Amino acid sequence: MDVRFTKGKSAILERPLSRPKTEVSVSAFALLFSEMVQYCQSRVYSVSELQSRLAELGRRVGGSLLDVLVLREKNGKRETKVLNILLFIKVNVWRALFGKEADKLEQANDDDKTYYIIEKEPLVNTYISVPKENSSLNCAAFIGGIVEAILTHSGFPAKVTVHWHKGTTLMIKFDDAVIARDKGLEGR
Amino acid sequence: MSRQSNRTTDNKKMSSELFTLTYGALVTQLCKDYENDEEVNKQLDKMGYNIGVRLIEDFLARSTIGRCQDFRETADIIAKVAFKMYLGITPSVTNWSPAGDEFSLILENNPLADFVELPDNHNTLIYSNLLSGVLRGALEMVQMAVDVKFVQDTLRGDNVTEIRMKFIKRIEENLPAGEE
Repeated sequence: MDVRFTKGKSAILERPLSRPKTEVSVSAFALLFSEMVQYCQSRVYSVSELQSRLAELGRRVGGSLLDVLVLREKNGKRETKVLNILLFIKVNVWRALFGKEADKLEQANDDDKTYYIIEKEPLVNTYISVPKENSSLNCAAFIGGIVEAILTHSGFPAKVTVHWHKGTTLMIKFDDAVIARDKGLEGR
Repeated sequence: MSRQSNRTTDNKKMSSELFTLTYGALVTQLCKDYENDEEVNKQLDKMGYNIGVRLIEDFLARSTIGRCQDFRETADIIAKVAFKMYLGITPSVTNWSPAGDEFSLILENNPLADFVELPDNHNTLIYSNLLSGVLRGALEMVQMAVDVKFVQDTLRGDNVTEIRMKFIKRIEENLPAGEE
């Protein structure tokens, strides 16, 4: 394995993990995100490939964010129930990333493995106009990746897909084992 | 010194965390996609350039700042208005060359590189090189050709992060030269 740390400089380890005080402008983020989408687009042939590339980038963000959020918001305690981890995402993760809670969290009527997080206008889509010929493209796939990483690294492996429905809907499909385990925990 | 009017245009802010992590994810991806650090540096500069070309309009609209009298004023506005507006930091402007055509921006903290450490096998990576491109692209749109480079970087063990900017020439024609 590579040596991960720069020599002598471990000042990072001494720094507090509290919420950063600096704020950046949404324009700066929007321009950065736009470049990112264009870069990904230049290396793929289809909308679905583009979305999976964005999701891959999102997974990296989610992976880095999880630990610090659990520490900061939950005093280091991990969630063990499906509903709680979903609420953690809807409330804590969303607040840290976007400064607000997600608009809605719903469960599918006909399937206990499937949940939806609905965001009418996700920050990443605010300044993106989707070309007509690629109308299925939803750049919130990036957010889907973030959510997927947070769930998976928390011990709730799931697949997250992104759809244009009531704005943007993230469809979360948990692995069978996750739901089975959750049922076993019921009442405890 | 800067001719700033009182009118502030709506400028939405967000937590720097998502920005920092997103940039980190992008750099990681570039390191995977390209063979060596030089290529990644180039790609970051190119993306920054594209951003700068678009950012300048946003900047002029929001700041309502007019044409700068000289390069010193430009330096001040970049540091005190532009960096503040977009990244929430105010670098200091120092080390002017005697001719007044070259200066340094010293960044005490850099939102792009917050909590970042470079692994040993990337010691030629200029992690925040996006910024060089942004500055170059933005100034090019206001008819200033500049050379921008990182001369020091805390990520590589220096005490401060220093961006050196050198004025090359005024671009005479009004049409931008297109991207590279």
